[in-house]
Amino acid sequence: MTTTAAPAPHARNKENHRSALLQELLIPVLAVVTGLILGAIVILASGENPLRAYGALFAGSFGAPGDLIEGIQSYAATGETRLLLRAIYPITESLVTATPYIFAGLSVALGFRCGLFNIGAEGQFFIGALCSAFAGYSLTGLPMILHLPLAILAGALGGAVWGMIPGYLKARFGAHEVVNTIMMNWIAFRLSDWLLNGPMKSSGFRPVTPNVLASAEMPRFFPDPLRFNLSFFLALLAAYLVYWFLFKTTLGFEIRSVGANPDAAKYAGMNIIRNFVLVMFLAVGLAGLAGSAQVLGVDHWVGQGFSAGYGFDAIAIALLGKSHPAGVVLAALLFGLLRSGATDMQSIARIPIDIISIIQGMVIIFIAAPDIIRWLYRIRTKKAEDTVLTRGWGK
Amino acid sequence: MKKLYFVMTALVVASLVLAACGGGAAGGDALKVGMVTDLGGIDDKSFNATAYAGVQKAIDELGVEGKYLESTQQADYAKNIQQFIDEDTDIIVTVGFLLGVDTATAAKANPETKFAIVDYAYPDCFEGQTEGQDCGSASELPNVLGLTFQIDQAGFLAGYAAAGSTQTGKVATFGGVNIPPVTAFMIGYEKGVMYYNEQNGTSVEVLGWSTEANDGSFTGNFESLDDGRSFAESFVQEGADIIMPVAGPVGLGTAAYCKESGACKVIGVDVDWTVSAPEYSDVVLTSVLKNMNVAVFEAIKAAQDGTFAGGVYVGTLANNGVGLADVNGASDELKAGLDAVRQGIIDGSIATK
Repeated sequence: MTTTAAPAPHARNKENHRSALLQELLIPVLAVVTGLILGAIVILASGENPLRAYGALFAGSFGAPGDLIEGIQSYAATGETRLLLRAIYPITESLVTATPYIFAGLSVALGFRCGLFNIGAEGQFFIGALCSAFAGYSLTGLPMILHLPLAILAGALGGAVWGMIPGYLKARFGAHEVVNTIMMNWIAFRLSDWLLNGPMKSSGFRPVTPNVLASAEMPRFFPDPLRFNLSFFLALLAAYLVYWFLFKTTLGFEIRSVGANPDAAKYAGMNIIRNFVLVMFLAVGLAGLAGSAQVLGVDHWVGQGFSAGYGFDAIAIALLGKSHPAGVVLAALLFGLLRSGATDMQSIARIPIDIISIIQGMVIIFIAAPDIIRWLYRIRTKKAEDTVLTRGWGK
Repeated sequence: MKKLYFVMTALVVASLVLAACGGGAAGGDALKVGMVTDLGGIDDKSFNATAYAGVQKAIDELGVEGKYLESTQQADYAKNIQQFIDEDTDIIVTVGFLLGVDTATAAKANPETKFAIVDYAYPDCFEGQTEGQDCGSASELPNVLGLTFQIDQAGFLAGYAAAGSTQTGKVATFGGVNIPPVTAFMIGYEKGVMYYNEQNGTSVEVLGWSTEANDGSFTGNFESLDDGRSFAESFVQEGADIIMPVAGPVGLGTAAYCKESGACKVIGVDVDWTVSAPEYSDVVLTSVLKNMNVAVFEAIKAAQDGTFAGGVYVGTLANNGVGLADVNGASDELKAGLDAVRQGIIDGSIATK
């Protein structure tokens, strides 16, 4: 330890590894910061005060520290939880918003790892939600311990089966999954239009599904209006499982190999078709779970305005998270905070929520073109071995 | 480089400090009004925009403090309502029947807060529905005013105007989905056409809706402009030259088709399309007006005056809650006829549904 001689090889490796990791983290963090700064300029240009806007954004996503202190004091003094609950409402809402982002982001990231570009998460989100809703309201008389897992499973399986179609088309006929998953989106949207106006319509006149039964609802941890529920922890569990699957199993290694270089993988005797279909099955199952978590945890019913574009944002999250499950979780949390805090920003600072989309858009541009960030902050490239996120057309 | 880091740090610190100070309460004694939009967004040139025009008028004329929150998904409804409740808003205006359940739930939990909901009213529960899930409330809510519109009255006028303007003897309509807020337009429209036939000895036909069958043509959505186009195309092939699309922005597809083909005219709904979609004003025959701005303003004014009571506001031709915009190219005869019909509807001598 104390010798000044050259460090042992494994120590140097560790050092290298750490600095590589740092570099890996640096670009996304700087991209987010730069996005926020440019967002501030846009706010300023529209004649508003960016500090006020971001102050409200912070209070709306994390909660105002003053409220929290007040809440704790009131709880300590009187045992009254009302103010305390009100103080933690913003952060719980952020986590609620982040939950479908985590699932959907994992879905896209898993696809990326195998070299598949899945644009269809939005449609898969709807399919998963509809399947979960159906299981949630049509299966009656089951105890929660059976009903809830069944409803979740229905969402995952429904999504997964939906996703096997483009997976198979790609593997069998070489049809590019970008085109197919986009097309599958439209089929999903129109299918849900029809289902909501027909077979799945509730008894009222509104074109929405019936509410899922209480036995299929994700347990919530706080009284209304706090909607924080079990699905957030399921999302974290899913992230861990995806990590374990990708990096600790042989199958995961195969999938990453196919993603890195399909020709080499094929030459090494790996079954490309099986891997494509398997990954689409798992990835789209995750997107289905996103819809499932949203309907069982938050909405309890599905209508045409069910999604705020979770499936599309998921692509950005996977890119921002460098297709690593941990990165995806962080990126999803960021998006959840931004989206959720936007309500306060809109109400208190009177900034349109569209500014959040602008910030997100700019972050994605910087992630997609990291050279801009490197140039802006004068970061020297160490070595050009960026993770291959996805492959282009054809290959 | 160093400077940039400094600026960034300063920004972050400043925003933290600002957040710690809390939102900062401005205002004073002015009545606080908050509006929660449906999914179209505040500048949808239709539903939300019209309702907000009522809030804007209240800001200008009554000096209230008003603002809005946009919903981007259905899960936002409850969240946005809660945001306004947390800010001690006096009256919360929610736009559209999709907010029906969340509005009732919030109203029951916050009896001190006043609510007005556009295009909805309580009680709204049918037999076998669970309150708070499938429907909002089984009883009337004392702190909620439902803003409803007898739109069949205005639809009747539109049908009359269409029958008096058609060259081919066939007029058409279609809806987004088969629900009462949509079909009310079509019911009045068909009645208006039939009334015109009766009065003038003509035999103008209505395509796309039959009150007797309680069914007609529906796109199944409120989004696809392509559907609006293709529905228009088939109606024109069947010989219609005037079309009333009751499907929000879908109707813009119809207007686009009419403009390109020159084969038809459209009747706008909810707002005056010559104002909201001026690029199509030469193919807009007239518009069926659902004056949500009037209703919203009245609700806010009542809250300001202390006369606010729950229940139902019904917008009619008489109180200007509904109406018909000017008819493009109408003959003096048709204009006189419309005036007579309007009068007849107001005094109750003509039934519109």
